Amino acid sequence: MNRAAFKPGPWGWLVIFALAALLPLLKPGGYVLDIGINIMIWAMLAYGLNVMLGYSGLLSLAHAGFFGIGAYAVGILTLKAHWSFWLALPAGVLISALGGLLLGLVAFRTRGDAFAIFTLGVGVILQLVINKWDALTGGNEGLNGVPPATSLLGIDFSKGANFYYVALAALALTVLVVARTRGSVFGRSLVAIRGGEDLARSAGIDVYTHKLRALMLSTAIAGLAGGVYAAYVGFLGSSVTGPVTTFTVLLYLLVGGVGTLAGPLLGTALMYGLTQSLKGLQDYQYIVFGPLLVLLVMFVPQGLAGLWDRAQARRVAARTERTVDHA
Amino acid sequence: MPEAAPEPVLEVRDLGIHFGGLHAVRDVTASVPAGQITAIIGPNGAGKSTFFNLISGFYQPTSGSIRFLGEDITRLKTHQVVARGIARTFQTTTIYKELSVLDNAMIGHRVRTRAGLLDALLRTGRERQDEQGSRAGAMRALERVGLASQAGRPAGALTQEGQKRVGIAMALASDPRLLLLDEPAAGMNPEETVSLMGLIRELVAGGLTVALVEHKMSLVMGLADRILVLHHGQKIAQGTPAEVSRDPTVIEAYLGGHAHGGQMGQPGQAGGSHA
Repeated sequence: MNRAAFKPGPWGWLVIFALAALLPLLKPGGYVLDIGINIMIWAMLAYGLNVMLGYSGLLSLAHAGFFGIGAYAVGILTLKAHWSFWLALPAGVLISALGGLLLGLVAFRTRGDAFAIFTLGVGVILQLVINKWDALTGGNEGLNGVPPATSLLGIDFSKGANFYYVALAALALTVLVVARTRGSVFGRSLVAIRGGEDLARSAGIDVYTHKLRALMLSTAIAGLAGGVYAAYVGFLGSSVTGPVTTFTVLLYLLVGGVGTLAGPLLGTALMYGLTQSLKGLQDYQYIVFGPLLVLLVMFVPQGLAGLWDRAQARRVAARTERTVDHA
Repeated sequence: MPEAAPEPVLEVRDLGIHFGGLHAVRDVTASVPAGQITAIIGPNGAGKSTFFNLISGFYQPTSGSIRFLGEDITRLKTHQVVARGIARTFQTTTIYKELSVLDNAMIGHRVRTRAGLLDALLRTGRERQDEQGSRAGAMRALERVGLASQAGRPAGALTQEGQKRVGIAMALASDPRLLLLDEPAAGMNPEETVSLMGLIRELVAGGLTVALVEHKMSLVMGLADRILVLHHGQKIAQGTPAEVSRDPTVIEAYLGGHAHGGQMGQPGQAGGSHA
């Protein structure tokens, strides 16, 4: 069954998140926490992309735009409308999901490469709108002084270490949502669509509706990542909402493993960590980066998590092959 | 052969579609009687597969109407057609080779379940119910085609015939009244073909109505209760195998200008069909 894609399994995930939750107790420097929070934010965006590319087989390149919609929704609602972060965040997620619905209504008239190109265009337009709509988004100046997360249940989440837990909870929710989707009746239909749209259609799957729901889930996750980003960074500029961000996160996803549950986190942690540690080299970092990517694409095209899944699948296949041969 | 044909499950009237100037199917009026096997034959390019694509909602006809069990289904989308009870398989073994046999059948059962994204996220009762229902429905379908013991294997690891059966199981899992088989025996050796014919007979004995497109005349003549002959997208004959094989228009179509296009009593050119 599809369970192979669930590695490291529910208990494995619990251990991973428990360990991550212990990190602030070690009183690390602000730099380590910052890396951790950033990894979690970008991993969420990678999960959003993975719902489309990995589970539905559709390359949507507008995702940084939806990250921006979530981020600016939270930024505007908390800064200008003085909403609580805890209300603004779900509102941002909802707006991103609705945006995904609108995109899907038009974009799903196209298929394959045309869909990718269309969504890329939408991504560019979203960034332009954010950049030019001065009255709402602050335009080129950006949105300065987005308030940090407010207290909830008597806990002050504005400080670095405490906000780390906000990001961790958002990431955990994302992984849970994606895992549940993947293992569901709905998720199996997405796998069918990824495997062949025409076959899925003739098998009786309402392809259009399924793709629409998947896109909404995917942009909602992107919006969640954006909302957390807004409260964390405190400043929003349009540059982060453009296709460059989409492609960066797409790279994280490809390295980690498209269509796997662990891939987005794995790839983001590795690549973001690497980018940060190579920052001292400035432009020369690409001398390290480039060949590394080429090697990855050549030898591990299915990504790091895919490597694990494939080995697992081979073991299972070998075992069933043996039992069947004996039968 | 009973003279009075049973109630038709499917009736098409003046059905046609053209792609640009090409009339792939033109003014076809025909019916598929319940509980029988109807074969659709014709030389290569006669519009047989297009005819199936029209019935299953894959193509929208440019003229005519399709009625299924008395209901007009002409404008329905494919998934709605499947929900009404028409399932199909493809010419080639089009299945999910990388997924398990069971998963393939479960995908075919999707049309009988309602659980959506919210059910998945909230693990609702409907989600659990539908998951169990899918599993049970898929296993029933696999039993009907004799693949229950192979449920856990990757579908691509099965033989050609096994993969054909997976495709049929996927169609059966949607609980159809009418099963459309597009060249079920393509790429099969004689023993496999005989075994497949046995399966089709069993399914019909169980109450299913079958319509199939086929080149292998041995299969058509041995299996079909009724035959519909298409030529250049038009119906040129419909009747029992005996009637059709005596029909001068049919003989003309097969032997006349198209002697190279798959003769009566002989298999057509392998892999040459792109109707």
